[in-house]
Amino acid sequence: MAVRDHLRTLRLAAWLGWQIESNWARPALFLLYSFIRPIATTLILVIMYLIIKQDVSSDPAFFSYVYLGATFYMFVSSVVFGITYVIHADREHYQTLRNIYISPVSLYVYIIGRATGKVALAALAVVISMAFGILVLGLPFDPMLVDWPLFAIAMLLGLACLVSLGLALAGISMLTAKHSTSINEGVGGLVYLLCGAVFPITVLPAWGQAIGLMIPVTYWLELIRRSLYPGEGIAMLGGLQDFGDLTILSFLLASTLVFAALSLAMFHLADRNARRKGKLDMITTY
Amino acid sequence: MSDWALNIRAGLARAYARTVGATREPSWVVFDVLLPLLGVAAYIFYYRALGADPVFEGFVVLGGAMTAFWLNVLWGMAAQLFWEREVGNLQLFMVAPMSRMALLAGMALGGLFTSAVRALSTLVLGVLIFQVHIMMADPLALVAVFTLTMLAVYGMGMALSSLFLMYGRDAWNISNLLQEPVYLMSGFYFPVRELGMVVSAVASLIPITLGLDAMRQLLFGELAGGLLPVTVEVVILALQAAIFIWLAAFSLDRMEQRGRREGRLTLRWQ
Repeated sequence: MAVRDHLRTLRLAAWLGWQIESNWARPALFLLYSFIRPIATTLILVIMYLIIKQDVSSDPAFFSYVYLGATFYMFVSSVVFGITYVIHADREHYQTLRNIYISPVSLYVYIIGRATGKVALAALAVVISMAFGILVLGLPFDPMLVDWPLFAIAMLLGLACLVSLGLALAGISMLTAKHSTSINEGVGGLVYLLCGAVFPITVLPAWGQAIGLMIPVTYWLELIRRSLYPGEGIAMLGGLQDFGDLTILSFLLASTLVFAALSLAMFHLADRNARRKGKLDMITTY
Repeated sequence: MSDWALNIRAGLARAYARTVGATREPSWVVFDVLLPLLGVAAYIFYYRALGADPVFEGFVVLGGAMTAFWLNVLWGMAAQLFWEREVGNLQLFMVAPMSRMALLAGMALGGLFTSAVRALSTLVLGVLIFQVHIMMADPLALVAVFTLTMLAVYGMGMALSSLFLMYGRDAWNISNLLQEPVYLMSGFYFPVRELGMVVSAVASLIPITLGLDAMRQLLFGELAGGLLPVTVEVVILALQAAIFIWLAAFSLDRMEQRGRREGRLTLRWQ
C-alpha cells in the first residue's frame, strides 16, 4: 500500500478519534474533563509527598523527580491505553471493527491514527500540569537551562516506544473479553512500578531493578528529567547516575527498536489468532 | 408468581450473568487479581522512598483493595444502563415484567462478586507481601462498617445509573472524571483529614470517604488519624445508604418515564 494511502488513513483515523473524544461536549467543558483526571493523579502523589515531607523546599530535587515522573507518565496512560481501547470500543461499542477489517486500509495505521488525539490531549495535560507545578507548588524550573535538543529527541523516541507498547496490548485485547481496561490498568501498574516513574528504581528489590532496566520507559523518563533539569541534582537520584546522557539515549533507542519489533510480531500473531478463532466481532458486555 | 418472587428471580438472574460470564472468561483472574497489586506496590514503594511510617503502607493496601468496589460502582453500575442501551439490551429489560430496581440490585450483586475477589486478593496479598501490620480489635464492627459502606456506595451507583442513562457519551466521561479525582478527594491512599476539614466535609458526601476512614480507624487504631469517631461515621453511612437507595428508585422511575417520552431508551451511539 502506498505511503500516501497510509497517510490518508492516519489523517482520517485521527479526525475520527478526535471527534469521538471531543464532540460530546462543548470545547471548554471537554478540556476541563480532559485535564481534571490526570492532574488529580499527580496531586495524589503531591499530597502523599507533603504529608511526609511537609514542604516542597525540604527536598526540591526529589520533589522535581517525582513531579516530572508523574506528569510525563500521563503520556503512558493516554497513548498506550488510548491505542488499546480502540479495539474494545470498535469491537464492542461501535461494532465497526469488522467493517474496518474489510476496508482497504491498514488496521495498524488506523489504530495509530485513532490514538493521535490522545497524544495531543496528553501533551496539553502535561503542559498544564507543569504550569500548575511551577506556579502553585513551587516546582523549580528555568527554561534557559533546559537541554531542549535532548528533550526533543527523548520525546520522539519515547512516543515511538509507547505507540509500540500500545499496539502490542491492542493485539492482546483482540483475544480477550471486555478486560482491556484491566489489561491497561495492570500493565500500567507494572510499568509505573518498575520504571521509576515516581521513585528511584533503587528502592526496588534487585530483581525489580533488573526488570526496570529492560523497560524503555525507565530511560525515557530519566532523559526527560535530565533534559529539563541538567546538572548533578536530579541525575543522582534515579539509580542511573553511572551512565551519561548519550549512553542512556542509546539504551532508549535500542530498547525502543526491540519493543517496536516485538509489538509488530505480537500484533500480527494476535490478529491472525483472533481471525481464526472468530473473535473479531465478539461482544462481552455481560 | 408473586412480585417479590419474580423480582428476586430477576435480580439473581442478572447477577448470574455477571458471575457466570466471569467464569467463562477466566483471563479476568489474572487481570483483576494479580495486576492491580502492582499499582498498590508502586504507592508502597513511593512511601518507602519518602521514608514514611510503615502504617502508610497499610493505608495503601486498604485503599487499593477498596478501589475495586469504586471502579465497579462507576463502570459496572453507574455506566451500565447506558452501556446496556448501547448494546440493545435495555429495551429487553424494559419490556420484562420485573422491577427495574431488581435489575440494578442484581447488577450490584454480580458486580460485588468479581470486585470482592479483586479486593480480597489485593488485601491478602498486600498484607502478606508487604508485611502490613494490622490491629483489628473489633472484627464485627469492621464487617458492619464494610456492609454499610457497600450499601451506600452501590446505592449511589444505582442512583447514578439512571442519571447516566439520560446522557450519551457524557456517561463515559463522567465515570472517568469520578475515578482518580475521587481517589484523591476520598483519601484512598492517605488519611482524608490531611486534606483539611472543608475538603474532607465535601468528600464525605461520597460514602466511600467515610467508609474508608472508619475502616482505617478499625484496622490501624489511633495511627489512622480518623476524621470523625467511627460511631458517627456509621450513622452517616446508614443515612447515606437509605438516601441513595431511595434516590435510586425515584430517579430510575423518573428517568424511565422521561426516556419513554423523549425516545431515548433505544437511542444508540450518540
